[in-house]
Amino acid sequence: MIIFENVSKTYEKGTRAIKNMNLKIRPGEFVFVCGRSGSGKSTFLKLLLKEVEPTSGRILVDDQDLGKMKRRGKAVPLYRRKLGVVFQDFRLLKDRNVYENVALAQRVVAAPAKDIRKEVTSILTTVGLSSKYKSYPANLSGGEQQRVAIARALVNKPEILLADEPTGNLDPSNSQEIMNLLEKVNEMGTTVIVVTHNAELVNRMKKRVITMRRGVVAGDVQEGEYQDESE
Amino acid sequence: MYRKANIRMKANRIIYCIRQGVQSIRRNGLFSLASVVTIAACVFLFGIFFSIVLNLQYMVKQAESTVGISVFFDDNLTEDEIMGLGETIQRHDSVAQIVYVSPEEAWERYKERYFADYPELAEGFENDNPLADSASYEVFVTEVEQQDAVAQWLQSLPGIRRVKYSELAAGGLEKANQLISLVSAGLILILLVVAVFLISNTISLAYAVRREEIEIMKWLGATNAFVRAPFVVEGLMIGLVGAAIPLLAVFFLYQTVVRFVMDRFGILLSVLKFLPAEQVMALLIPVGLLLGAGIGFMGSFFTIRKQLKV
Repeated sequence: MIIFENVSKTYEKGTRAIKNMNLKIRPGEFVFVCGRSGSGKSTFLKLLLKEVEPTSGRILVDDQDLGKMKRRGKAVPLYRRKLGVVFQDFRLLKDRNVYENVALAQRVVAAPAKDIRKEVTSILTTVGLSSKYKSYPANLSGGEQQRVAIARALVNKPEILLADEPTGNLDPSNSQEIMNLLEKVNEMGTTVIVVTHNAELVNRMKKRVITMRRGVVAGDVQEGEYQDESE
Repeated sequence: MYRKANIRMKANRIIYCIRQGVQSIRRNGLFSLASVVTIAACVFLFGIFFSIVLNLQYMVKQAESTVGISVFFDDNLTEDEIMGLGETIQRHDSVAQIVYVSPEEAWERYKERYFADYPELAEGFENDNPLADSASYEVFVTEVEQQDAVAQWLQSLPGIRRVKYSELAAGGLEKANQLISLVSAGLILILLVVAVFLISNTISLAYAVRREEIEIMKWLGATNAFVRAPFVVEGLMIGLVGAAIPLLAVFFLYQTVVRFVMDRFGILLSVLKFLPAEQVMALLIPVGLLLGAGIGFMGSFFTIRKQLKV
């Protein structure tokens, strides 16, 4: 369970990114967090990743108070192992092949070599890239690169998958494929939170939609829709 | 079972860190090379000065151990009193040995020293020993450092006219020793700073190259120690390689120089007593490697700690 209680975040320059945010996300949910740029959705992700601290309020993830987690030591790394993260620009290491990119996540948690082979092969099959494990990112399409990034995010079996504009760099058909994959991941039990402003995709998926506007939650609707105001 | 898995996990982590460290050295070849060369220069100079200082100390020790304290008696002292005095001196904890030098022996030594080339000059004194009142004890101490204290104690004894000891014959050597130690310490300090700075630069570059990877690793839940370890391994490796090369060079150079001096200046062998290379290296190798590893560790650990904070 993810709980935001009266969370506000003001950056040092005085920008108020999030104002008094209250929300609950239950385990196994699929949630879209939508809004224009500057609406605070990226800060929402950064707060969840404990990259930044809230100025006020409390964030609980599985009853763990992120505010009480010490930066030094292992608490933050161990917490982050519960999360998987996917970015718009994939953030794959260009000098490593598909297998090595995914295996990196396992190496970070010091998984035994035998397990790494098994888990990486299995997750690459799930994302449909088992035949391309030797390819380098430069030789893959955008959709394929994003699937590698998803595989990397999932290989350690996180409880929550955070996706920051995962289809931002993809064409509509690849975007839909990625959404289908995320839905499949969600059906396997992982909580999926997708930050996006792609209204068309959101509206087609019929999932919970949290709309953010100037740092506040402007809407929170089950099987909701998102109206992109910039259009 | 759990313990075994834990050990395997740790082993995997160490292997991963070492592999990453080696890869990083290869990636930043030129910077790594510059760091190795600077550390090598630092350790090389250290090795040279270390060997010189060690040998000078050895020579000072040698010289000092051959110098005794001469103790002269009051004119009116009887032979028994002189014997009693000898026993008192011998009982002192810091006295290793005492030798009685009779006036005749004193005169013989004097002649040998000053009239060796002109024996006819000494003949005039044949029946009239000018050193008739110069019977003495030569006192040898157990530790050279005790020489001052023992001399003072001897001076305080009743019946003793004069205490004479060279402060020291080896004084010049000791001064040279101090000067060389000081100059070498200064030079090494400067080189140390340069070496740490260069390693720090190399590690900063390695960090810049791997910045994206580190960011990803941190999102994936890597601990700071896990992220830091390959950089520290890199610094340590640069430090150790940078130290090992000059140590080898110093070993061969030392042997060559000692052989050369022995061959060319054999006449000075009584003064120039060198320590065997093995004895110098037995001290120099651990100290040098520690120095290299220390520079590598300091340069990398603090740099990466600073970078990770940002």
